[in-house]
Amino acid sequence: MTSLTLLIPVAIGLGVLGLGAFMWSIRSGQYDDVEGAASRILHDEDKPIT
Amino acid sequence: MSCCTSHGIAELATDQVAVPKRALIEELKANARGLADGSVNYLLSVPVIHCGNCIATIESTLSKHPGVKAVRANLSLRQVSVTLDGQDNSIAPVLDALDAAGFPAQPASATAEEGKDPEFRALVRALAVAGFASANIMLLSVAVWNGAEGATKDLFHLISALIAIPAVAFAGMPFFRSAIAALSRRRMNMDVPISLGVTLATFMSMYEIFIGGGHAYFDAAVSLLFFLLIGRTLDHMMRTKARAAAGRLARLSAKGGFVLGENGETVYTPLEALRPGMVLRVSAGERFPVDGTVLDGVSDVDRALVTGESDPQRVVLGTGVEAGTLNLTGAVDIRATRAARDSFLAEVTRMMSAAEQGRGSYTRIADRMAKIYSPAVHLLALTSFIGWMIWTGGDWHTSLTVAVAVLIITCPCALGLAVPVAHVVSAGRLFDAGILMKDGSALERLESMTDAVFDKTGTLTTGEPVLRETAIPQGELASIARAMAQRSVHPASRALVKSLVTSQAVTLTDVHEVPGQGVEAIVNGKRARLGRLEWVSEITKGDTAGQGNSAFGVEGKGLYLSVFSEQLRSGARQMLADLKQRGIHATVLSGDSEANVSSLAKNLGLEDYQAGLKPGDKLTFLQDAAGHGQRTLMVGDGLNDAPALAAAHVSMAPSTASDVGRNAADFVFTRESLDAVSFAYGVAQRTGKIVRQNFALAVLYNVFAVPLAMSGQLNPLIAAIAMSTSSIIVVANSLRLQLLRPEKREDTVQTAPQGRMLPA
Repeated sequence: MTSLTLLIPVAIGLGVLGLGAFMWSIRSGQYDDVEGAASRILHDEDKPIT
Repeated sequence: MSCCTSHGIAELATDQVAVPKRALIEELKANARGLADGSVNYLLSVPVIHCGNCIATIESTLSKHPGVKAVRANLSLRQVSVTLDGQDNSIAPVLDALDAAGFPAQPASATAEEGKDPEFRALVRALAVAGFASANIMLLSVAVWNGAEGATKDLFHLISALIAIPAVAFAGMPFFRSAIAALSRRRMNMDVPISLGVTLATFMSMYEIFIGGGHAYFDAAVSLLFFLLIGRTLDHMMRTKARAAAGRLARLSAKGGFVLGENGETVYTPLEALRPGMVLRVSAGERFPVDGTVLDGVSDVDRALVTGESDPQRVVLGTGVEAGTLNLTGAVDIRATRAARDSFLAEVTRMMSAAEQGRGSYTRIADRMAKIYSPAVHLLALTSFIGWMIWTGGDWHTSLTVAVAVLIITCPCALGLAVPVAHVVSAGRLFDAGILMKDGSALERLESMTDAVFDKTGTLTTGEPVLRETAIPQGELASIARAMAQRSVHPASRALVKSLVTSQAVTLTDVHEVPGQGVEAIVNGKRARLGRLEWVSEITKGDTAGQGNSAFGVEGKGLYLSVFSEQLRSGARQMLADLKQRGIHATVLSGDSEANVSSLAKNLGLEDYQAGLKPGDKLTFLQDAAGHGQRTLMVGDGLNDAPALAAAHVSMAPSTASDVGRNAADFVFTRESLDAVSFAYGVAQRTGKIVRQNFALAVLYNVFAVPLAMSGQLNPLIAAIAMSTSSIIVVANSLRLQLLRPEKREDTVQTAPQGRMLPA
């Protein structure tokens, strides 16, 4: 029971952190071009691999 | 250059004469943003972007361009943000570079912000909070369902309460606001029972905890919000996607004009600053920004988009021109007679707003259901309360619990999810078929239509004339005629270029377009003319061959005539036959002459038509139809159709329509063929069927669940399972719309018909 008093706040705290991170990502415009972000991964940078 | 194979929507009709470069550049300069370090940022709309390769190409091409500080392409919005360093860098070479790479660009419309959609962000935030809360509360609830007792149960309930209360307050805002707005207008919509159910569930659960023990329904309340927010966010995404796509289509109206200064130089002036009495120069290929009278110059003006007339009108000194009409052949100077906001265009816009308001609000099917649903649910809850009061002899607590249980279990999440999901799926199908749907209610309205009204020029016809017959012999003469026609913007010339064949190379010198008459050139030392009959016959001698009033001839030789006529849009006949089969009556309303309209109507087999109509007349026709209880679909493209498009029960416009027309219509179809109308109608009917099925499922679910609640058997576990299952079933049913594969729309490619040629 005492372990719960520690674990539950920790769990919720981590959840809130996750939620905060999600909110930040919306505000910083990461969801403005979802399709573009998806295809940027596949772009070739023209830098030769030495 | 090659990009991936294009199967995206062809959003720029290739024959369309869009706003010319210099006006675009002026507009870009006006909307540019200066940044802190002195660089200037431009936002361009590039409709042909359709894949990841496109944005890679654009970014790599432009980043190497001199003067470009930063470039970022947005695939979802089809926009490119370019930052140039310093004030003296012009955006023009950037536009040319984009053009050369295959990406024609135009200024992003003022309404299309760089992806900052505040409503969307608010919805996603609420969704995130509801999701977080429901997941965590569910974790705690699982323990309680599995038999946690005593102190553990109380602790978990307490923590659930702490999570739930702020979550409901934040995530419930969209619903509470909507419910309050509806109630203050004495109307009922779906959000009223939702808000009521959620708040009651939360408060009752808090009360239960307070008195110790009992059931807590926090998970039900928060999960309900979560499901409904999913539906709402999807709905919003669908609407913005379609609206953004419609807004990206090539703009046809000028945002300003070139004012003639004293020493003959022209100054670009935005529309709002143009005043009556100003002298403006409008070049060939530009649209008149305001109403005016011609001071100098001769030209032909295409009035199709404004009045529906298919034949260009010749303008000379003193002729009046209207804002929005296209100057075809020669530069003219006009004196503005009315300011932009008093012009014909503005008048039409005002008619439109008035029509929209007078249309009367359409109650969406979900809200109509709410009118029956909410009173029924509240009645049931009341009955249970009274029943239990009597049964238990005045036990407030139990009776209240049962009443709230009834409210919770009749979860409208099925209803709140069913309609948005069905509409989103259908909107996706339509989008893939090149049809943009602005609003879910448009689909409902399309399903219920009884009559259809079509505009002629530009809607039933392509708006481009086509060569029917020509006497110009094949060989040298046809090659000469075609070479001359290529230098002209006149629609008849474009038709000649498509139909005639260049069989030998010809050298023309001194080619010039004589506005109002035609094209003249010197070939093999002799003059050749292509254009109006009287003008060409001035230089010809000998026989006249063929019929028509468009002529071609070489000095001293014979005269050859050609006949042009309007071309029906592909799919027109098929679509009209289809509508007839489904019992929808079709009428043609046009601003064009009686002769042109009646021949077209006869051609298509339509009995009902009206010609020579002004925009106000079309509006009156529709209002009369509405008065008779008809629900009319209006399909039109021009400025003169805009009020009718706004007033009709439901409306569609082709992507070649005027800006105003496109904004007014509920649907915009981007492909050439008119079968968009019957296809959209088919989709609307199927969607309506699925939505009704979903309602039936929701009612069925309630039939099982309500007795359970009324008998006092409800506990949070059952509530959670029941809610989730009903939502899943309803969403799965809506997704069936994806599976039902209706007739696949063919990509009709328009082929230029060959003119009949007499032997040389």
